[in-house]
Amino acid sequence: MASRVEILNEGGFRSDGRRQFELRSIEMDLSQQGHADGSAVITHGLTQVLVSVFGPREAKLRSQTIHDRANINVEISIVPFSTGDRRKRSRGDKRILEFAAAIKSTFEPAIQTSLYPRSQIDVFVQVIQQDGGLLQACINGTTLALMNAGIPMVDFICAVNGGVHSTRPLLDLTLLEENDVPNVTIAVMPKTQKISLVTMETRLHVDRFEEVFRLATEAGLVLHEEMKSAILGRSKELINSIDLGNNTRGGDGDDDGMTGLN
Amino acid sequence: MVEITILKRPRTEAVVTQRKFFKKTARGKVIKVLRERYLRDDVSCGIESCRECDQTVLPVSGEKQHPSFLNGHFILPDTNVFLSQMDLVESPLFTPPIILLQTVLEEVRHRSLPLYNRLTTLTKADDKKIWVFYNEYRSYVTLFLAPLFMLLRDSRETAIIREEGETPNDRNDRGIRKATAWYNEHLKLNRPPVRGQPAPQIPTVVLMTEDADNRHKAEKAGIPAVSVRKYVQGMKDSTQLLDLLAAEGSNEIEPTKAVAGRQALYPEYLPTATLLAGVKAGELHQGHFNANQYNYLEGSVPVPAFAKPVLLIGRENMNRAVNGDIVVVEVFDEKEWKAPGDEVVDQDSTLKNDDAEDSADEGDIEGNEVLVKESKLIETTEKRVFDKQPTGRIVGIIKRNWRAYVCHIDSTSLTSSNTTSLSQQTVFATPVSRLLPRIRLRTRQAPSLIGQKILVTIDRWDVTSRYPEGHFVRALGKVESKEAEQESLLLEFEVPYRPFGKAILDCLPEQGEQWVVPPKSDTSPEWKNREDFRDMIICSIDPPNCQDIDDALHARPLPNGNIEAGVHIADVSHFVHADTPMDSEAASRGTTVYLVDKRIDMLPSLLGTNLCSLRPFVERLAFSAIWEMTPDAEIVNVRFTKSVIASKAAFTYEEAQIRKDDPHRQDELTQGIRLLNALAQKLKAKRMEAGALNLASPEVKFQLDSSESSDPIDVEQKELRETNSLVEEFMLLANISVARKIEETFPQTAVLRRHLPPPRTNFEKLQDILMKRKGMSLDVSSSGALAASLDLCIDPNEPAFNTLVRIMATRCMLSAEYFCSGSVGKDTFGHYGLASSIYTHFTSPIRRYADVLAHRQLSAAIGYTPLHASLHSKPHVERVLDVVNRRHRMAQMAGRASVEFYVGLALKARGEREKKNSAEVTEDAFVIRTFRNGLGVFVSKLGIEGLVMFKKDMQFDAENYTITVGSTTLAVFDKVKVRIEVEKDRNTQRGRVKMSLVHPIDSAGL
Repeated sequence: MASRVEILNEGGFRSDGRRQFELRSIEMDLSQQGHADGSAVITHGLTQVLVSVFGPREAKLRSQTIHDRANINVEISIVPFSTGDRRKRSRGDKRILEFAAAIKSTFEPAIQTSLYPRSQIDVFVQVIQQDGGLLQACINGTTLALMNAGIPMVDFICAVNGGVHSTRPLLDLTLLEENDVPNVTIAVMPKTQKISLVTMETRLHVDRFEEVFRLATEAGLVLHEEMKSAILGRSKELINSIDLGNNTRGGDGDDDGMTGLN
Repeated sequence: MVEITILKRPRTEAVVTQRKFFKKTARGKVIKVLRERYLRDDVSCGIESCRECDQTVLPVSGEKQHPSFLNGHFILPDTNVFLSQMDLVESPLFTPPIILLQTVLEEVRHRSLPLYNRLTTLTKADDKKIWVFYNEYRSYVTLFLAPLFMLLRDSRETAIIREEGETPNDRNDRGIRKATAWYNEHLKLNRPPVRGQPAPQIPTVVLMTEDADNRHKAEKAGIPAVSVRKYVQGMKDSTQLLDLLAAEGSNEIEPTKAVAGRQALYPEYLPTATLLAGVKAGELHQGHFNANQYNYLEGSVPVPAFAKPVLLIGRENMNRAVNGDIVVVEVFDEKEWKAPGDEVVDQDSTLKNDDAEDSADEGDIEGNEVLVKESKLIETTEKRVFDKQPTGRIVGIIKRNWRAYVCHIDSTSLTSSNTTSLSQQTVFATPVSRLLPRIRLRTRQAPSLIGQKILVTIDRWDVTSRYPEGHFVRALGKVESKEAEQESLLLEFEVPYRPFGKAILDCLPEQGEQWVVPPKSDTSPEWKNREDFRDMIICSIDPPNCQDIDDALHARPLPNGNIEAGVHIADVSHFVHADTPMDSEAASRGTTVYLVDKRIDMLPSLLGTNLCSLRPFVERLAFSAIWEMTPDAEIVNVRFTKSVIASKAAFTYEEAQIRKDDPHRQDELTQGIRLLNALAQKLKAKRMEAGALNLASPEVKFQLDSSESSDPIDVEQKELRETNSLVEEFMLLANISVARKIEETFPQTAVLRRHLPPPRTNFEKLQDILMKRKGMSLDVSSSGALAASLDLCIDPNEPAFNTLVRIMATRCMLSAEYFCSGSVGKDTFGHYGLASSIYTHFTSPIRRYADVLAHRQLSAAIGYTPLHASLHSKPHVERVLDVVNRRHRMAQMAGRASVEFYVGLALKARGEREKKNSAEVTEDAFVIRTFRNGLGVFVSKLGIEGLVMFKKDMQFDAENYTITVGSTTLAVFDKVKVRIEVEKDRNTQRGRVKMSLVHPIDSAGL
């Protein structure tokens, strides 16, 4: 009965009660996960992704080392229970490899890889739940995890997907909507407003593309604010806990840790 | 710049906002689905001057007219009200402001898309005050609320969640009640009493439901509730509105999207072995299934065991047979025999609210609605002993004759008409032919296929599915574009229309257009045994613009006082040899198909319109039949010969007629025509005397705008001249002479044509009608007697009446067919219509394959060429003629359908032209059939038949063939005036001719 759900009804509501330009609830958890150097759990509605970043560290394989910069290695695993039907996806799945390649190329312009020649940065993405907007969640999660790991980047990368229902653009699609409307995922670097990724797997009319593109870029900026405050919040928390351990110092050095992040 | 926001939501809310359910896929896999929803406080209540909400549609105080709710009220109907009482809601008299809940809207959408579409158009209508309240999303944000506030108001407001053990249906009902309660509360809160002023009148929001249990629960919770009937009774236009109420019991429907498994709708077929044994033993009967074009719930199977075809009534008895299938039927006991229905039952209107996607639920409640409706239609069949027919049911199918059908997508069965939608939809495709059931198909491109003609094939028809399932083959093009219509016609009648292949074209003479008859010499093979008729005064007479001239004539007086008359037929068999690719292609095409604006040739056009065409002033090969006749048209002798002719003129019928009638013309050619004409008249008189029938079939011609555009402007009846009859008589004569000759030479394999006398029972109904309505009788004992009694059927006031009777008589007859002389008894050779003991087709070899065969046989009979081995083999000839017979029938139907389409176009064109004068197309018509709820009429001027439908059953007298509408009684043969419009069916895009009565009564409102 999936097709019986109206994507955008007469009252301007989408199937989950949102309006056209409302993004799903977003949660970001930047706490330490296992041995990772930096990690983040990001939730867009019902899509949840855990990203762990290791490195920069020495490359395991000599063939993968690049003499003047660090190599970014992205691996994605999708847990079988992330979707309704339990489907096991092997690591060599072409679709997953494509996803990984997309993430890698998205982050290459943002990470200052030339600071770490002959080393490797490992990004492990685990998809825990999916309900549309998987790529955007992976990218946003990776941004947060990389920052959490302290890897120098020139900017945030914020990704949002958008689609067009008839002539009306929608933002942040759920799985239901993704299956029905042509959609595009865009990753934007907010400071310069440069676009590091545009990807489409469906056909979208060229007249509509521009509008969706512009909206998704705007939405990327909105997300940026959210992500920035999450990073700042996490840093504050860390500083506070440093302060707690170090009672001799006062609490007014809060801002020191943040300057590099703006 | 739009505002982009992130909807934040605490995790604790997940209980309310997340919904988990399991669904089963088509393959039987169970999938867990998790959905979330975002609750919000900005869903507007839609009532004017509300403090909290903007966007208003509904008046501030509701409606105060209703006596039960003097403070004003709004009604809030539940789902069943819309499902069963849509006619009431649609009525312009039903005006109270309506609050339509999202829950209700979605339930309607799930249950029936057509109803949903009607409902959504209503919400947009100007004269209705309907507000859609998205109750499932309405909630008060609880994020930072004090617990005190939680006590005051339920935090969730109208968004509810399904409780443990609650059916989806109960949940929805509860949601509807809750929304009603919320509305009443909301109205109260937003109109607080102001000190010093009288307490404001607070209108009520009334729950309207047919479900007594639901009403009971509502009243318990203090929610005002009312039943539809009770509510309508209190309205001021109650008498009119009460009529619109559907007769449903108050608590009959409990909509459940059934969990139960699929229920079989049709009985299973018997195994093939049982069927074959049964047929052999005579217990079961085998035949072709014919659907009834007026009533989709009825079909018939003609079987040899009974004089009348076996009648099948109702879906189960027709058991998934599609028109044309070879089926096996079981005949019921004689006491269960029934008469065919006398009502027009239109599939589109009966099943318009049926839903394409609900395959799983058809056996259930929804199915029941349809079943109840259908069984009512079946039951009304009156029991008239007079008309009883063997009745039975289909128990098995020997062979499916499924092919690709031309269809339209039914636009109301679409879930989304959004062209960018990529989701797969299940939709109905309605075949163009009324004989076929709707086909269910899944497609991802449904929205873009709307308004197109498409080709759909049936894949299967399961016992659990009401409709056959099929798949999309390809799109033919826009509806009503000529190309698409033409192609669809050809496909629908299985006319092979691909261009000729290389192998076929290679069989043509190498010289191509330049080919000429070589100069006369004894050595040239063309001239061997050919007579030289090049000096004879031969001419051809054909319709205007005829390109494939296959016959020419001559006549001249002989010195002995007798007359020599000759018919010269294009010598196609000289070019088309047996056992060549061209021959087998021609055999499989069988005939040239004439559409109004296109000709699909049987032979490549080089032959048809050039080398074989007996064009004037060119030498051409011919096959001639030469008679010596007395001036009284008695045949002295006849001979056949291959010849070379050079026609002296190509006339149209009109030109020939003028020439003949012009007394100043005394040249040889004109004399020849006069001689021919004199002979033809005598021949005709003799034929009539022998009892030939003068049958009529409506023929029309089109006035085309110009030769290039071929847009029809108008239609007119074809004119018949003396010269038409001249040509006809000589062709008949040639055919009969040739038939005698080849039958004599090849008694086993001669290709002949016969027309069996119709069984007397075929005429019973017509005789009865004539007797009762006009007091005339029809003697059907022989063709001669029939001809004579047809001549007496004259209404002095109505010259067209005789033609009408002739047309109706023609329909009672069997159709003529080709046969192989050795396959049937010699006593059945006769041609009933022509009153000839033997007949064949010889005169149009360019456009009919049977003629080519006759040419070959005649050529062998006169010792010109040896007969090809295949023509000595009876089975081979039978096989070829079977194909030719079928193609011939199909070609006729295609031609007729093409005419119909053009009549439609012409009417439309005329309608548009006359619109300026604000006149519609009205024509005289005759009633030819009466139904319980309609009339079959025939418009002789346009040669089309149509139906006039009444919405209600009228007083119908089946015995006397009359129907009484108001105070006017209409009977078969009555002359009426009809308004003819071409109406495009909204769903199927099928343009169809719609007729309504203008005189003696106007049926527009009936």
